[in-house]
Amino acid sequence: MKAYEKAIEKLILISAIVTTVSVALITVFIFKTGMPILLQYGVLDFITGTDWSPTSEIFGIMPLIIGTLAVTLGALIIGVPTGIACAVYLSEIASKKTAGPFKAAIELLAGIPSVVYGFFGLIVLVPAIRNYILPIFQKFNPDLNTSGFSILAGAVILAIMILPTIVSLSENAITAVPQEFREASLALGANKRETIMKVIVPAAKSGIFSSVILAMGRAIGETMAVLLITGNVAQMPGSILDPVATLTGTIAMEMSYAGPTHQQALFAIGIVLFIIIMLLNILAQAVMKKMGGVN
Amino acid sequence: MKRNIMNRIKKTLVIGLIVSLSMTGLAACGGGNSGTEAGGSVVTAGSTSVQPLSEELAAVFMDANTDYTVDVQGGGSGQGIKSIQEGIADIGALSRNLKNEEKGLVSKEVTIALDGIAVIINKDSQVKDLSLEQIRQIYTGEITNWKEVGGIDAPITVVSREEGSGTRGAFVEITKVAAKDSAGVETDMTDANALIQPSTGSVKTTVASTPNTIGYVSLGSLDDSVKAVTVEGVVPSIENIIDGTYKISRPFIYVVGETVSEATQMYLDFVLSDEGQAVVVDNGFISVK
Repeated sequence: MKAYEKAIEKLILISAIVTTVSVALITVFIFKTGMPILLQYGVLDFITGTDWSPTSEIFGIMPLIIGTLAVTLGALIIGVPTGIACAVYLSEIASKKTAGPFKAAIELLAGIPSVVYGFFGLIVLVPAIRNYILPIFQKFNPDLNTSGFSILAGAVILAIMILPTIVSLSENAITAVPQEFREASLALGANKRETIMKVIVPAAKSGIFSSVILAMGRAIGETMAVLLITGNVAQMPGSILDPVATLTGTIAMEMSYAGPTHQQALFAIGIVLFIIIMLLNILAQAVMKKMGGVN
Repeated sequence: MKRNIMNRIKKTLVIGLIVSLSMTGLAACGGGNSGTEAGGSVVTAGSTSVQPLSEELAAVFMDANTDYTVDVQGGGSGQGIKSIQEGIADIGALSRNLKNEEKGLVSKEVTIALDGIAVIINKDSQVKDLSLEQIRQIYTGEITNWKEVGGIDAPITVVSREEGSGTRGAFVEITKVAAKDSAGVETDMTDANALIQPSTGSVKTTVASTPNTIGYVSLGSLDDSVKAVTVEGVVPSIENIIDGTYKISRPFIYVVGETVSEATQMYLDFVLSDEGQAVVVDNGFISVK
């Protein structure tokens, strides 16, 4: 029996090692491939350069960073309020019977492959922006024009894609708020709206916040869907109807045909992406620690 | 027309020469040290546009002849010539015709495939024909409205491929969108506001679903969802590419130097065989047979 347990323990240990070693190997590989060009070209020039013309060996990724951040921020602005409101409705307002179909639908949303989202965006969203959203914008700025491939298209699709993450994690956090909180609040004469806004959501804020961070990670890393609908133009955008290229999209798009130097530059983009995600995680953890919270 | 016939005769002669050479090569091999020194290696270098096709050809060749290895390297068409001159490679690959000054540097050229690119526009567009110069001006951003080329008054949405794509490389070279700058360095002058799509399929979907767009795809993947314009009045078709009237096309050429090893000859024979040409067609290029 003891030997059996020992064997199992070793097996679990090996699994843990495999996971850690994979992370380490990937990190080493990305840095080893991308670092030489980053140092040779100059880290600052690489990050702040505004011209991305890899075949002419000009590697400035500022437009790509701006593109990624713009699309991600847009997705959060649309997705976070919607997601949290949905989570509140499902856990606090809807009866168990009504909540069932909603939850199933949201889980289904998480299971759709990202290329399908991208294709949906390409066929439905991009023409919709061109035909319905553009005229609204043109009322304020008649010179504006767009093909529909834009930050807005990417942001809307990403917002839909991050909804399942925000809704299910926030809902868990809200459900975990002890029943006594609700009872105490209602006993003090607060109505349901006040209870939700001032007691329950603040009590679950750390869980809600971590759902937002995870969603942001997904939005930054998402490749296929945004690749199809943001137009992939490595230019500084002037409005949310302008096309942009993202960091991940550029890597995915150009890797297949890239020459040796170009390929290294794409790995260097990988390093930048890696560091951005690390910084976000550190920031998130710091904020969460400061917030404390019930969970 | 006369020149085309001459070209064809030349091509046939070259192919004939290769076949007869390979026969003698094989005969010599059969008579001599049979089996002691089987196998060999071939190195090809040159055009990155030919590279994906060469890799496919090499893979099929190596599957059939396990004793042989074919190493496919890039470097560009110019590098292909240089490599065989310096003896670094056995075969140089070019995605353009040999220049006059290069003709003396190679002892034999073999066209292995043809590649055509169709310029496509949205189906609702009224434009039917564009000249090479108009296409160049549209892609460099000098012409930005369809009315300048006979269409309606609407801004042109330019769709291109990602940098490094072989189709883009060929397109900008033939239409002169890539031009030498003051320093003599060839630069891709594609308008920075052009939408970029990562594959032939997504260029097609984009052009099909977006009004006032223009894009380009390789001829093999053209279908009814988009409209192909005639270039200088010529319809993009396999016949027009083979006889040279459709301008946006180019040959894929293998060149060899003075000495041709037995393995190199075997590989060249394979490429021009029915099996090799089937690989050419499978990869969306036009067979030379």
